Amino acid sequence: MIRDITIGQYYQTDSVLHRLDPRVKLLGTLVYLVSLFCFHNPAGYAVALLFLILCIRLSHVPFGYMIKGMKSIMFILMITILFNLFLTSGTVLVSFWKITITVEGLKLAITMALRLCMLIIGASLMTLTTTPNHLTDGLEKGLRFLKVIKMPVHEIAMMMAIALRFIPILLEETDKIMKAQLARGADFESGGLVRRARAMVPLLVPLFVSAFRRANDLAMAMEARCYRGGDGRTKMKPLIYAGRDYAAYIILLAYLVISIFLGRWSVMTELLTSL
Amino acid sequence: MDIVKAKDLVFEYIRRDEEGNVEGISTAVDHVSLQVAQGDFVAILGHNGSGKSTLAKHLNAILYPTEGTVWVDGKDTSAEENLWTVRQNVGMVFQNPDNQIIGQVVEEDVGFGPENLGVPTKEIWERVEESLRAVGMYEHRKHSPNRLSGGQKQRVSIAGVLAMHPKCIVLDEPTAMLDPSGRREVIRAVRGLNDVEGITVILITHYMEEVIHADKIFVMDKGQLVMEGTPKEIFSRVERLKELRLDVPQVTLLAHELRKKGLPIPEGILERKELVEALRNLK
Repeated sequence: MIRDITIGQYYQTDSVLHRLDPRVKLLGTLVYLVSLFCFHNPAGYAVALLFLILCIRLSHVPFGYMIKGMKSIMFILMITILFNLFLTSGTVLVSFWKITITVEGLKLAITMALRLCMLIIGASLMTLTTTPNHLTDGLEKGLRFLKVIKMPVHEIAMMMAIALRFIPILLEETDKIMKAQLARGADFESGGLVRRARAMVPLLVPLFVSAFRRANDLAMAMEARCYRGGDGRTKMKPLIYAGRDYAAYIILLAYLVISIFLGRWSVMTELLTSL
Repeated sequence: MDIVKAKDLVFEYIRRDEEGNVEGISTAVDHVSLQVAQGDFVAILGHNGSGKSTLAKHLNAILYPTEGTVWVDGKDTSAEENLWTVRQNVGMVFQNPDNQIIGQVVEEDVGFGPENLGVPTKEIWERVEESLRAVGMYEHRKHSPNRLSGGQKQRVSIAGVLAMHPKCIVLDEPTAMLDPSGRREVIRAVRGLNDVEGITVILITHYMEEVIHADKIFVMDKGQLVMEGTPKEIFSRVERLKELRLDVPQVTLLAHELRKKGLPIPEGILERKELVEALRNLK
């Protein structure tokens, strides 16, 4: 069940995007996501879409694989579209029974859907091309400046890495406990929501107990291997910017300039004409 | 030179009931003194709850003695300033392989120890390669630990300790969760380290077959050191071992029973070969 969610799961292949420094990808994704909400005209959408298509082509990740991951968010997407479509007031386009669709509503629904799709594909493109370890490394190094305000950046990154490492182990364990409880007559399938939620208790309690036990063991094993926080620690795979990373920053900057310029074009022309 | 030395080691922990009131004090390790020479293969045997794991945790400064002292390479483990040297000198491998692998890729996990020690990047890679080769896991270096068998995971754990260049490795029941073939893999790797690299090994186990090649065996019971000697000396005392609820290797037991029935076979036979030889010489 949980394994079906492919959205944002690392896709193993070799591409420029895969080899890019995670810090570049993190900042790039952030900039892209923010930029999606900065423009209000078709030209802006075109540029954002073009940029996304370029990135997808560069990533060598099959488009079908990405779309497959989108299925899980289809529901949210549909709700957004329907709400915008029916609940926006303005000039009436069609009207039947109690439902009215306005021009503004239609416009809003389309742009919102487009925006959401680009947002999700853009964000998942980062996780598709970056291993979780690389990602936490990137976060740790990229956010190191937060240490000045006493943010435990290394610790947070370490916790993320460990959490990711233990996901498959805990999944397997859940499966085992589930089977063990089923063998003793537990029923996870039937009944209403409340009954099903209650049926989860004999699953969750042993799972939590074992997770804490594992955490204790792991802490001891880490200490036994001289782990003492981030200070004085060297890296086996240190992050060093290469030429392509600088190139990526430049492309990103170019995209940002173009999208702001285009996105504000209408505003500017209005300003100019009003003068 | 003794790599590990314990003198009058006592460890007590306080048992509490659910409200946190003191119920009583348990003595897990009771006045244990032992010495392990550099380069030896030493085994510690004992029934569940005999205090052998607690003793092991003292060698790595995870636990500190309530009374007495433990020295590792001449350094007192309870002194704060020795903590990291002690932990680097004595590597520790635990029972559950899943709970001691930190990296998501085999090579990254092996690099974890050297990273903590502040070893330069280039040297980390050298150490990782050499450690993985020593345990025969080099070809799996790019794999995820989740895909490995129990024996392989445990060998990765050993490589992870090895990469810190310890003088001594303590293995706390490393084979308890493995199948027989995994057990053989791990023990072979450990013996290789001892024979080839000359690393002192302290193996804690309750599988008797794993200890017959040890240089020295310590037997623990109820927190105390009750027997000490070479495998031959230890396994000559079958009755005493049974008293301590420890198994004896099948061959040793057979030889012992035959001897009881009057056959003139020496005590302390550890391997099938030896028994065959002894039976042949009967005529």
